Amino acid sequence: MTEPCPDKELLLHALADGELDAKSALEVEAHVAGCQGCAAKLAEIREVKAALAETPVRYAAPASLHARLDAALADEARPARQRRGGVETWALGGSITALAAGLALFALVPSGASLESQLVDAQTRSLQAQHLVDVATSDRHTVKPWFNGKVDFAPPVADLAAQGFPLVGGRLDHLAGHDAAAIVFRRRAHVINLFVWKGEGPAAPVLERREGYSLVHWSRGGLDFWAVSDIDPPDLMAFQKAYAAATT
Amino acid sequence: MGGPGSDPRGPVHESPPGAATPSRPFAASRFRDLVGPHIDAAYSLARFLARDAVAAEDIAQDALMKAFRAVDTLRGEAVRPWLLAIVRNAYFDWRRREDGRIVGGPAAEAALAEAPDTGQESAEAALIRRGDVEALRAAIADIPEPFREALVLRDLEELSYREVAEATGAPMGTVMSRLARARRMLAERLGVAEVRV
Repeated sequence: MTEPCPDKELLLHALADGELDAKSALEVEAHVAGCQGCAAKLAEIREVKAALAETPVRYAAPASLHARLDAALADEARPARQRRGGVETWALGGSITALAAGLALFALVPSGASLESQLVDAQTRSLQAQHLVDVATSDRHTVKPWFNGKVDFAPPVADLAAQGFPLVGGRLDHLAGHDAAAIVFRRRAHVINLFVWKGEGPAAPVLERREGYSLVHWSRGGLDFWAVSDIDPPDLMAFQKAYAAATT
Repeated sequence: MGGPGSDPRGPVHESPPGAATPSRPFAASRFRDLVGPHIDAAYSLARFLARDAVAAEDIAQDALMKAFRAVDTLRGEAVRPWLLAIVRNAYFDWRRREDGRIVGGPAAEAALAEAPDTGQESAEAALIRRGDVEALRAAIADIPEPFREALVLRDLEELSYREVAEATGAPMGTVMSRLARARRMLAERLGVAEVRV
């Protein structure tokens, strides 16, 4: 088989890519009609392009990247923290208590607890680069055993993708003196960290709000669970319900 | 509620509306509208350049945040080529950081440098069956730079020659010749090369 004309080869690529204007395209096509080597080369170029177009080689961004990105954007958009200890913040205290008393679902716990601050900080830290998960998979059969030997309890793991809370992976964390398993879920663009450690707390879930985050706390089977996220409280309660149902 | 001496952050409450910097939430939603459709492209390019899934995620995240901060500079140009140029730069930043960590003398560095294309493709490399995604991905990964990047930008991300030239800072003629080399390498791996070396 003859070789393609060296001065024409790049034009053959440009023709195949639709990069030639009409006049040049016609000229090249006319040449190809009369040149075996160039015709064969053009066919080769088209085969390669077809293989690349037909085969789904492009990668899709993993869920963990979406989660990291959305968390970073949420962080950029967060309102500035309230001033601390000013008169205006104490004045709100009474009205918050009255409001809470009227909301049967919500139970505010004393703000003196620093555990909630640590949980919010742990949530924020987890959203930074490379800190969201140590094991990134939606397979609960990989995440659950991953914690063996890393914590001295077995955290229940479930993929709640069917309920809109896909499993992203797991991470070891440490806060308030506990070695914690952090099981990471996603709700659309938002991250939910579910912190688990050995402890005894309320059997019925308790909801709190802190610095724009929702926190839900409950206990079962000798384990304390804290779910933290910037999704709305009803959504996080729905997550708690789905998780509890899936891990009985 | 707690009094003085308890948590200094104050009682549990929401930030009042208006406390947010006005432009920030809008910046995020404008970014999502413009750039959201191209997140896969950003990751895919990072993956083909770095040939490493974990690095690709870090590079893409880095690039996307840079893009977020620069989104107001977009003035009607096409978003995908703009974003992919940022990804490419983020990849080179990552390479510089990685290469700086390599311990070992000039020999080690030379071994890690991209193999120059001698024009003689390895005849032992197995032919790829069309439709075999992993084999084709591996074949693309085997293409040395700067040929691989030209192929990915043109054939996978569908940038025009001009856009590839702008994203890579190379003249169009150079882009075209790199593309031709990359396609020739793949043609041999696919068994469709019109002339064997």
